[in-house]
Amino acid sequence: MATSEPLRSAIRLPRYVRDHEVHPPLDSPEYRSTALRHPKRELKLLPHLLTEVTSPLFGEDRIGDTDNDLTRQHDGEPQGQRIIVHGQVRDGDGRPVPHSLIEIWQANAGGRYRHTGDNWPCPLDPNFTGVGRTLTDAEGRYRFTTIQPGAYPWRNHDNAWRPAHIHFSLFGQAFTQRLVTQMYFPGDPLFFQDPIWNSIPDEKARERLVARFDYANTLPEWALAYEWDIVLRGQEPTPFESDEDDD
Amino acid sequence: MAGTTPSQTVGPYLHIGLPWPDGPFAVAEGSPGGIWIRGALYDGAGAPVPDGLIETWQADPDGRFAHDNDPRGAVARPGFRGFGRCPTDQNGEYAIYTLKPGPVPGAGDTPQAPHIDVSVFARGMLNRTVTRIYFPDELRANEADPVLSSIADAAERATLIAGATADGYRFDIRLQGENETVFFDI
Ligand SMILES: [Fe+2]
Repeated sequence: MATSEPLRSAIRLPRYVRDHEVHPPLDSPEYRSTALRHPKRELKLLPHLLTEVTSPLFGEDRIGDTDNDLTRQHDGEPQGQRIIVHGQVRDGDGRPVPHSLIEIWQANAGGRYRHTGDNWPCPLDPNFTGVGRTLTDAEGRYRFTTIQPGAYPWRNHDNAWRPAHIHFSLFGQAFTQRLVTQMYFPGDPLFFQDPIWNSIPDEKARERLVARFDYANTLPEWALAYEWDIVLRGQEPTPFESDEDDD
Repeated sequence: MAGTTPSQTVGPYLHIGLPWPDGPFAVAEGSPGGIWIRGALYDGAGAPVPDGLIETWQADPDGRFAHDNDPRGAVARPGFRGFGRCPTDQNGEYAIYTLKPGPVPGAGDTPQAPHIDVSVFARGMLNRTVTRIYFPDELRANEADPVLSSIADAAERATLIAGATADGYRFDIRLQGENETVFFDI
């Protein structure tokens, strides 16, 4: 019967894990700017229907030649420590997320962003923009060459400094998987006072934002390396798959 | 099952990394049926949010997606990206140029009214918030829409319905306070 077609289709839609406990609460008073920027009403449940289980898929046409090498975007070389940042994007079930767009932006070696709103007294680097993008490959792997970003001060609390970080934006393969986050560096002494890092309730989840120093992938006489894997939301087992498991 | 990577704020300098020159154009400007969806993002004090980013994702006018997770099959409409992205300006304003989506199947026999999924990012937001844009000229479809009708309060429902304008629609987003926009647990 034609009218039941939407029902059958809907049953086959993936449902993504609702993983709120992993993410920082939007109301995180220690990060003062959240005060007026979090909803106070309870969120309404949005079922994962067609608009939520699909997403834009981007191709190579969005990526320029030097977009994954932030040290080659100007005539000269930027100041600072050259680093490779690489890793794999998977979903919560361990499946690689292939051919998916990653965008990054960051401060320069001294901790200054090429942004009109960043005026702290640290020089801009004429050879560093601090913006990159790439597509994951068929195994979900990505790789950037960039400069170790510096820490920078902000006004959230007395003598507040952000730990060094790189901003990451990922699309995954469904609207439900969209993620914007920050990658940090191991052993950063500024974690203790950073309300953005500490807004993540679970310590293990917090640690997932810290890259691993990757000596094996350093380039001799050229660049240090960090490995950082990213996990996007996985899917709930479908009733059909559960039945199979029971057999 | 591996734990998900947690979200963090886009921070104050998102403007160097996320906007694209063609970001606001989910379809080329001047396309037949093109509409502007304009609006502003406000905080809990009613002040415009100048360091935010709005992203939109939607079906095409036939209700189709260019994506394999759609069990009806992926259908790409030439020139239509379905995705829009626009940073907010000093007045909190954004604008997306797109085509009006068609109705989309829901669960069961109830079709969903034409809608656009919206992600809101900003400094001061540690995760995105998600809302939906519905259309004022779809009264009947809106009444039958399973998501809209799951919201009991009429005033809350009204925050999801865009206003009509000369060149499209207006959809303001209030993060907090009186007339706070309905946001979804996604
Ligand atoms: Fe930052």
